[in-house]
Amino acid sequence: MNVEKREDPGMSEQERQRAPTDEFAMNTTGSMDVAPKLQSEGLRAFFGKNEALHGIDFSIRPNKVTAIIGPSGCGKSTFLRCLNRMHELTPGAKASGQVLLDGGNIYAPKIDPVLVRRRIGMVFQKPNPFPTMDIYDNVAAGLKLTGMKKGKNLDDIVKNSLQQASLWDEVKDELHKPGTSISGGQQQRLCIARTIAMQPEVILMDEPCSALDPIATSKVEELMVQLKGTYTVVVVTHNMQQAARVADFTAFFYLGKLIESGPTASLFEKPREELTERYLTGRFG
Amino acid sequence: MKISGDRIFNVVSAVVAATAAVILAITAYTLATGSAPILQKEGLSFFTGIMWNPNPAHEVFGALPYLEGTLVTSAIALIIGVPLSLGIAIFLSEMSPATVRVPISYLVELLAAVPSVIYGLWGLFVFRFYVKDYLEIPLNKYLGWIPAFKGTPYGLDVLTAGLILAIMIIPTVSSISREVLRAVPNPIREGAYSIGATRWEVVSKWVVSYGRSGIFGAAILGLGRAVGETMAVTMVIGNSVGPDAIPTSLLKPSQTMASLIASNVRDASDPLSFSAYIGVGLMLLILGLSINVIAQVMVTRLLKVKGGAVE
Repeated sequence: MNVEKREDPGMSEQERQRAPTDEFAMNTTGSMDVAPKLQSEGLRAFFGKNEALHGIDFSIRPNKVTAIIGPSGCGKSTFLRCLNRMHELTPGAKASGQVLLDGGNIYAPKIDPVLVRRRIGMVFQKPNPFPTMDIYDNVAAGLKLTGMKKGKNLDDIVKNSLQQASLWDEVKDELHKPGTSISGGQQQRLCIARTIAMQPEVILMDEPCSALDPIATSKVEELMVQLKGTYTVVVVTHNMQQAARVADFTAFFYLGKLIESGPTASLFEKPREELTERYLTGRFG
Repeated sequence: MKISGDRIFNVVSAVVAATAAVILAITAYTLATGSAPILQKEGLSFFTGIMWNPNPAHEVFGALPYLEGTLVTSAIALIIGVPLSLGIAIFLSEMSPATVRVPISYLVELLAAVPSVIYGLWGLFVFRFYVKDYLEIPLNKYLGWIPAFKGTPYGLDVLTAGLILAIMIIPTVSSISREVLRAVPNPIREGAYSIGATRWEVVSKWVVSYGRSGIFGAAILGLGRAVGETMAVTMVIGNSVGPDAIPTSLLKPSQTMASLIASNVRDASDPLSFSAYIGVGLMLLILGLSINVIAQVMVTRLLKVKGGAVE
């Protein structure tokens, strides 16, 4: 138990009590032997006046795959979108509380969400390659935003990213075809390559396989496992088998609350909460 | 066979629908037959000549200056009006909350409800003095060595007509561009945000680029409106005729095809000069129709094929 409890001078006594990091870590994620890569504290999310997340305290370990499961509407995607400040882009959406990336609060007033998103990349439910760009530019787009010019350096990163996304061999001869000309599974891997190209620290995936066929799904699942060598991966999935296959840790959300979390095997075999058990055995959801 | 209500309804609606096509056909036919005499007399020089004299003793009719006047004023309208409209569309589609978007969209569309003679009156009594004092005099003073800014600033000229047209095309171009931008699928924006694009980059590099052919279509539709606009232009363009109407400078009175007809057709005294005005009308119809067809094809193709879920 050597999780640093970050003392934020701006935090009231009440809030300090509400963020019992140590106890939480013990109860829900098993013993926390490393500093979390990403940690939410009292994270609440709103759509207009509707509260979608009721104060989530959750720690995500570095270089692991963490799966978030739960029935539709439980707030799992909203939680994910709060982790890189995508949530607030929805009209009327707001978030409060803290999300700490390596201990720094990404919701602090001086933080530019654009820079947060460069460190925490995201892959979406439906593959969304940029249709006006070719495959090469789909991967290079983010780096071009940072001012990188065309050249050997950029070519190398594009190639490397496509290789890490296991797509290079399939597209190396058609880099100048539109990003939307390849199959759905390839498009999703292109989106992963586009995220990797930014050299982020964390990759968030929002049901990345729900629009893919079984073969494409297994490719993306393999990728998740490979990617955790370099990145921290958080994946939202409605597919429990998928969580069981790829995730080191799993969290179960229900009605905007984190019900329980822990190492995947123990959560699946010995859930502590009755709700979790009922969900896992398919009695609702 | 029993005649059902549906059948009657089908026939009636088919007839009503056909009316539009029939009216267009009749108009085109009337213009074509009406302009036959002038085309027989002048031949190709009706389109290439610059002299215009309806005096029966020296009759000559060349419509080129008015074609040029139409194209130049419309070009000014596009150059000024399209960026403004695009700015409005971007604001309404990408930047503003619904509480602002709805009233502003409505106001912008109300601009289209202002009768064009009102724009003409305002142009004639108010706007032209601003154009003269704050645009034409400085342009002429500092950039007068450029042919486009030569002449005597007076305020009733190509520039004023072009600017009035720019204002008049804003409702059309901005509301269609707004729909085009709103039809850009949200996942594209999200993908761009997720790789660290700023809001401005998302709009300029992704949203506008995705909607570019639709925006181009909107601009062409605006061009169609500018080309055919008559009343306001007639009131502010200065109505010169013949070689004087060639728009060699922005600070020069000129004439468009529409304003020529509106300001002069009533004085047509003999069948040939009457036929000349009808000939100009035919040119205008052909130009306007082709512009509109191109624009409609571009806009619908974009909204249907690329937009996907357009309500």
